[in-house]
Amino acid sequence: MLSELPLLSFVIWFPILGGVAVLFVGDENPGRAKVLALTVAICAFLASLPLFSLFDPSTAAMQFQEFLPWIPALSVNYHLGVDGFSMPLILLTAFMTVLVVIAGWEVIQYRVAQYMAAFLVMEGLMIGVFAALDAILFYVFFEAMLIPMFLVIGIWGGPRRVYATLKFFLYTFLGSVFMLIALIYMYNQANSFEILDFHKLPLSLHEQTWIFFAFLLGFAVKVPMWPVHTWLPDAHVEAPTGGSVILAAITLKIGGYGFLRFALPITPDAASMLDWLIITMSLIAVVYISLVALIQQDMKKLIAYSSIAHMGFVTLGFFIVFGIYRHTGSLNGALMGIEGGMVQMVSHGFISGAMFLCVGVLYDRVHSRLIKDYGGVANTMPIFGAFMVLFGMANAGLPGTSGFIGEFMVILSSFKAGFWIAFLASTTLILGAGYTLWLVKRVVFGEIGNSHVAELKDVNTREIIMLSLLAAAVLLLGLWPDPLTSVMHVTADNLLQHVTMTKL
Amino acid sequence: MQNVYLGIVLAPLFGAIIAGLFGRKIGRAGAHWVTIMGVAIAFLLSLVVLRHHVMQGAEPYNGTVYTWMVIEGIRLEVGFLVDSLTAVMITTVTFVSLMVHIYTIGYMHDDDGYQRFFCYIALFTFAMLMLVMSNNFLQLFFGWEGVGLVSYLLIGFWFKRESAIFASLKAFLVNRVGDFGFLLGIAAVLMAFNSIDYADVFAAAPLMADMTIQIIPGVDWSLMTVICILLFIGAMGKSAQVPLHVWLPDSMEGPTPISALIHAATMVTAGIFMVARMSPLFELSPTALSFVLVIGSITALFMGFLGIIQNDIKRVIAYSTLSQLGYMTVALGVSAYSVAIFHLMTHAFFKALLFLGAGSVIIAMHHEQDIRKMGGLWKYMPITWFTFLLGTLALVGTPGFAGFYSKDSILEAVHFSHVPGAGFAYLAVMLGVFVTSFYSFRLYFIVFHGKERMDHHTQEHLHETPAVVTVPLMLLAIPSVVIGALTIEPMLFGDMFARSIFVLPEYNVLEHLKEHFHGAISFALHGLTGLPFILVLAGLGSSYYLYMVRPDLPGQIQQRLSVLYDIMNRKYLFDEFYQSFFMRGSRSLGTALWKYADAGVIDGLLVNGTARLVGWVASVTRCLQTGYLYTYAFAMIIGLLILLTWFVTR
Repeated sequence: MLSELPLLSFVIWFPILGGVAVLFVGDENPGRAKVLALTVAICAFLASLPLFSLFDPSTAAMQFQEFLPWIPALSVNYHLGVDGFSMPLILLTAFMTVLVVIAGWEVIQYRVAQYMAAFLVMEGLMIGVFAALDAILFYVFFEAMLIPMFLVIGIWGGPRRVYATLKFFLYTFLGSVFMLIALIYMYNQANSFEILDFHKLPLSLHEQTWIFFAFLLGFAVKVPMWPVHTWLPDAHVEAPTGGSVILAAITLKIGGYGFLRFALPITPDAASMLDWLIITMSLIAVVYISLVALIQQDMKKLIAYSSIAHMGFVTLGFFIVFGIYRHTGSLNGALMGIEGGMVQMVSHGFISGAMFLCVGVLYDRVHSRLIKDYGGVANTMPIFGAFMVLFGMANAGLPGTSGFIGEFMVILSSFKAGFWIAFLASTTLILGAGYTLWLVKRVVFGEIGNSHVAELKDVNTREIIMLSLLAAAVLLLGLWPDPLTSVMHVTADNLLQHVTMTKL
Repeated sequence: MQNVYLGIVLAPLFGAIIAGLFGRKIGRAGAHWVTIMGVAIAFLLSLVVLRHHVMQGAEPYNGTVYTWMVIEGIRLEVGFLVDSLTAVMITTVTFVSLMVHIYTIGYMHDDDGYQRFFCYIALFTFAMLMLVMSNNFLQLFFGWEGVGLVSYLLIGFWFKRESAIFASLKAFLVNRVGDFGFLLGIAAVLMAFNSIDYADVFAAAPLMADMTIQIIPGVDWSLMTVICILLFIGAMGKSAQVPLHVWLPDSMEGPTPISALIHAATMVTAGIFMVARMSPLFELSPTALSFVLVIGSITALFMGFLGIIQNDIKRVIAYSTLSQLGYMTVALGVSAYSVAIFHLMTHAFFKALLFLGAGSVIIAMHHEQDIRKMGGLWKYMPITWFTFLLGTLALVGTPGFAGFYSKDSILEAVHFSHVPGAGFAYLAVMLGVFVTSFYSFRLYFIVFHGKERMDHHTQEHLHETPAVVTVPLMLLAIPSVVIGALTIEPMLFGDMFARSIFVLPEYNVLEHLKEHFHGAISFALHGLTGLPFILVLAGLGSSYYLYMVRPDLPGQIQQRLSVLYDIMNRKYLFDEFYQSFFMRGSRSLGTALWKYADAGVIDGLLVNGTARLVGWVASVTRCLQTGYLYTYAFAMIIGLLILLTWFVTR
């Protein structure tokens, strides 16, 4: 039946091959290239849906597994599979790619086919990252993914794109090199590159600490966590809208996912010993970065900083388990932290994507990202204004939108590890509302700011479709998160049991 | 009954969605019809619920609508808890909301955002109903923030006005400060009870009375006190208690109908309702009760003072609302929860009446809100004048009127209470009676009597407002007069709230009141000779003297007491402090962090510094790669020498 088909391979390779096909259609036929790209993206998304509907939420084992020997000499295999953590992220990737294709439809005039192809290839590679169960396969996807993003920013980016791409590439590359060393070290111990074998690998605290730091470098850069976050605002500012959307919605999630798949289960004792570090970094992200977001003059920078602050909840939720255990002597509440972090990742994918699309809508018309060049947009673009307020509220974590759930769960969970952790995390209620709604106030509300705003045309059908899809996702997840959380209960619980069992 | 409950919340939501999404298609009339029908259905169904739960005394209903999420055995649900407390709240909310909906047809007649306005107020009604009908903390928080959202949207309804959008942002952020405490309170509840369902929490609460928590290491605090104070911080935001009151006066930037509905009658009372609902928790913490009491008394008295010096018709009423919310909070503090709810209800009617009356005046005056430009309006707008007078009499607590019963009960309850702080509270609320009477009659005299100070053009066009405006005024005037006398006995002394509100025997001040209570009429007659009524008369007399007999005096007093006036005019400097300390402070901190830490240290020193370092090392080492043979030969010889030396000497 459907579950026996190589679904995962399909959702990885179909967009990649589709992207290549789009390349062959070529920039001379932008119309045909776009239609083909959209078809591929939609088909890939539809093909990813069975992953959800056929997913068995009652087991923590990997599902939809595929196994082929790849480099037998080094026991590297083409091994795919998903659990309750990776499956939702794959769906998110496939969904967001459709939106990105729609978002680039009229806007990209230069090398259209290559642009679309880059995103389709990137989609396949990112899904590969989430589906890989072999460390080398993971690493290959993880690094390969940088290339299309590098090109997207470098070719379709803004004026300082060279600085931004180099910074982005070097930053992330630096992190991942250390991760590769850790992977090779573990291969020498386990004689296997299977990630699941690494989970079981006994490691001394000394070894674990080194490996943990290697992973931390690799994934913290991706998330990004303070203080290795400074590449993100630059990359976002220079990236075209689609690049920003994918960067915020998916690429950052790979960092969070890495903690769940590698750092926590492979080095539980080191994680337990060093959780204070991660929690401190997360809380700094929430408070410090929110304050920095408050004073940004550039809309994209503001949203980029807001992303970092929101991702702070992800890492906080993932690492709060040890604090809860120490503080209360039980694991009660830890599940809420981990799942809260996961929900926050998915929700942030929708919301940050939506925010960047909103900025894109404005940028396409006025060609400025500066807040001061706007003002009173609601006068000329009432429908857009409504969307922007909705997504702004979601970004500020209003209950009923998806932005609330992750933060709510993580705050509830972190209270058990200590009042002050929850206290600092909760400041997002004030700060997040502060920077988001102040942005909305200055851009959307007020008298018409200048002649550009006076000439604005409201969103067209294409843009309405794109924003409505995200609005629906944000509200649906906000009003009924159960379908998302119920697929990861068992997986999260399994992780929890695993990380609290010492490897020493 | 479950379908009835669902109907109550869904009917306004349906109206809001239709008016919001299809506003352009269905037009103005379509928008107001669909929302009014929605709210009317909700009101009629509320009456059914009221009959079922209050008159027939049905068992409280506690049921789930759908499961939001289940995690670690904790069920996060959307569900209803409907008992007599809920029934009173939903009836009040839907009635006032219905009146405001009808009134809006007249008030917003010429506004471009007509459909949007109806969408918002219907959405507000939905969120408020979700709040009061909730059976768990999650949904409470949902409704809590939902009404905050709509309040934000409505204060900033005229989004072109800088002052309006500033006020809306301010309202949302100040409320968020309250919600910050509230959310932590919910987290504390979850930690302590492992459930956020009211029924579970209230059932387990007595067992938790002696639990402690260490927030500052080494200091044990009562868990209940921490939970209650955190939750109450939420109430302070929503119900505008000092020091989180600053948003409410500014919220008057919104259209008048919503000042009546949201910022007087319903939303701001959410905090009062919440504490009453949480009575099983608050009863266990005398410290929290004292805290509530003191905050309430400060608000009741000091915000009343500010009402005296306002010249904007809506701001006078807004400060009056703050002060009355303080009264309700005081009632909560002395464990007289049902009295607080009683005052909440009577206040909802007469304050909505006063606001809508003020709106009627504003329409007639062509959107002039300065009372110094009014005067003698009674002969131009008889219905507005008379209903406004009734509202004023109810507000000051004239015996027989609705406000009298609720306010006198609060005074009595405080009198009998022995909670720490009750002495101060008694003084504050007593003095507050005089202040209330003074500012209320000041407003009344300046607006409706005395010299006509408007310009000639306005005067010529002065006339009574249309029926869509006056009919709601008349309909609200009825409960403003009679509702107190009709309901005091069942609400305060009957067992109406026996299953909703929990009071420990040692705090039960109502028992004392009950001993002296011999029916509503004798209560009113007794009130005629009481100290409060003397204070009301004193307020009436002094404001009559100052504003009708000697209108030159207030100006002189203002000059004599210019320092005091200045402080009051600057609203005790709260706004200025918040603005310079929190707003400017966080911006400067953000700038400093960005400039020095982010751009300076991390990017400048570490990231680009590394790049520069690599570049520098490369440029140095590049010098070695000269390409000349003799340089390499020389380097080889030197190297050889060093190696040889090392071998020889080691």
